[in-house]
Amino acid sequence: MPFVLPVLYAVVIVAVLPLLAGYIVLMERKVMADMQARLGPMRVGPHGLLQPIADAVKLLLKEDIIPDKADRLMFWFAPLVSVTMALLAYSALAIGPVFQIADLNIGLLFILAISSLGIYGIVLGGWASNSHYSLLGALRSAAQLVSYETAAGLGLISVLLLAGSLSMKDIVQAQSDQGVWFGFSVPFGFFIYLVGSIAETNRAPFDLPEAESELVAGYMTEYSGFRWSLYFLAEYANMVVVAGIATTLFLGGWLRPGARYHEHIPGTGVEWLDALPALLTLGVALYSLSLAPKQPVKIQKIVMVLVALLCLGVAGVLGGSLFAPPAVMQGIHGAFWFMAKVFAYIYAFLWIRFTFPRYRFDQLMRLGWRFLIPLALVNVIGVGVAIVLRQQFAWGPIVSLIPTTLGTLGVAMLLAKDDAPTATAHLVDGE
Amino acid sequence: MVTRRNIVHGAVFLITTLLSTAGIFLLLEAEFLFIVQVILYVGGIMVLFVFVIMLVNLDVSMRQVQFNRQWFVAGALALVLAAQFLFAIWAGRGALRLPAMAAEISPKNTEAVADALFSHYMLPFEIASILLLVAMIGAVVMAKRRVG
Repeated sequence: MPFVLPVLYAVVIVAVLPLLAGYIVLMERKVMADMQARLGPMRVGPHGLLQPIADAVKLLLKEDIIPDKADRLMFWFAPLVSVTMALLAYSALAIGPVFQIADLNIGLLFILAISSLGIYGIVLGGWASNSHYSLLGALRSAAQLVSYETAAGLGLISVLLLAGSLSMKDIVQAQSDQGVWFGFSVPFGFFIYLVGSIAETNRAPFDLPEAESELVAGYMTEYSGFRWSLYFLAEYANMVVVAGIATTLFLGGWLRPGARYHEHIPGTGVEWLDALPALLTLGVALYSLSLAPKQPVKIQKIVMVLVALLCLGVAGVLGGSLFAPPAVMQGIHGAFWFMAKVFAYIYAFLWIRFTFPRYRFDQLMRLGWRFLIPLALVNVIGVGVAIVLRQQFAWGPIVSLIPTTLGTLGVAMLLAKDDAPTATAHLVDGE
Repeated sequence: MVTRRNIVHGAVFLITTLLSTAGIFLLLEAEFLFIVQVILYVGGIMVLFVFVIMLVNLDVSMRQVQFNRQWFVAGALALVLAAQFLFAIWAGRGALRLPAMAAEISPKNTEAVADALFSHYMLPFEIASILLLVAMIGAVVMAKRRVG
């Protein structure tokens, strides 16, 4: 039965994702608290570890309000569009060499297309609410997505040229064959996609569609309860999707860092670096266990021990798979490294969010159209030149891209210099 | 689509129509065309459509008389169309079976499209791209003039 495994994977993803989104929210709050020298959620569960579950229960119990003058059908329909499209995009993501629902030969285009359909959820929801704040949020969102999708797509093309394929699996395989993650060979492609993906997921500093100080909550002003949480789920699911795309294309997907380094632990056939994930999770488990007696309440002590046991279980799986057949080991460890890179990317998202102030709308548009798109075009042309150098003059995969990177850097500095006076002149004019 | 008074509902129906067209491409095993249809028409052009439509004052257009009620002509045309469909289905009744799934899906769809575009249809392809470029520059020039 060829369908059993993909269906199983799909069920796992749909079941796990809401939980994952909840814990990304917790991670966001904790990281924010840390960067602002606070503690963050501490009450529900040890160190706030059960906070996402409490939040979910609260959202489900909330009253579901539909405004009187809203377009009921569209109001009901829009969050479903958002969340369906966000979940559908996972069907082509390759979480490890084994854990993938479908290896489409148009995989990357499929993910991009599906995630760009999610905009309808935002636009229709904002329109259906029949509120000015919502409508403005939806309009900003549409304009922002159209502008930055172009730049992000052009950033991705540089990788497609190098990999010569649209299939997520083949792209990772190409990085393995060429011996370098594409994020290092085309750093500007990576940078452009990073900025574009922040704008596409409506995260700060590009979160104008839901700018609290201007638009209350943007397109979801009128939403509450479960529908609101659907929007939220879609937003965080989309974050994981763009992080997954960036991981696959620029950070080597499921490949282990130091894939060429094969130092074995003496006496066994196990490589040091393969043992690292198990040792790391074991360390986390022991640390949680040592924290357990310090918890103030008995129930929190119990939960902390449970967390330690969970980490111990993961460590057991990661360690045990070292002695399993290579295919199983590759699948489990591939998934581990993929998720680790995805979370590193999401951490970068959060870091950027708490570092930069929000852009003004005209600044946002200028950055997209006048800086990122020309830069991305130059970068794509440069990668084309590099491929010619590689094929005609047999330059190495990294050396051939150095002129491209330097040239793009020059253009970037030129564009930034050109742009600076207009940005301030604009303010002086008092427009 | 044409029976909706509310133009946003009409746009949503147009989106589903375009998605169905994309589905036909998928059934014909032209995955690349399928995804391009989705990205360009549904993800790009229709977003702009909806964007513009939302700025229109819908209350006014809802109250206006938008249709000439010509039931007779419309009904006759619909009948002719239905007859054509029925005839086509009847004529091809032997082929109304989904083909068995190919043992191996042809992996070279994207490459095949690129080959055709850049070898056989090079000239039309380039002409089309120059036309688009001219249209784009024209749009920019006209927008600039209005601002200045």
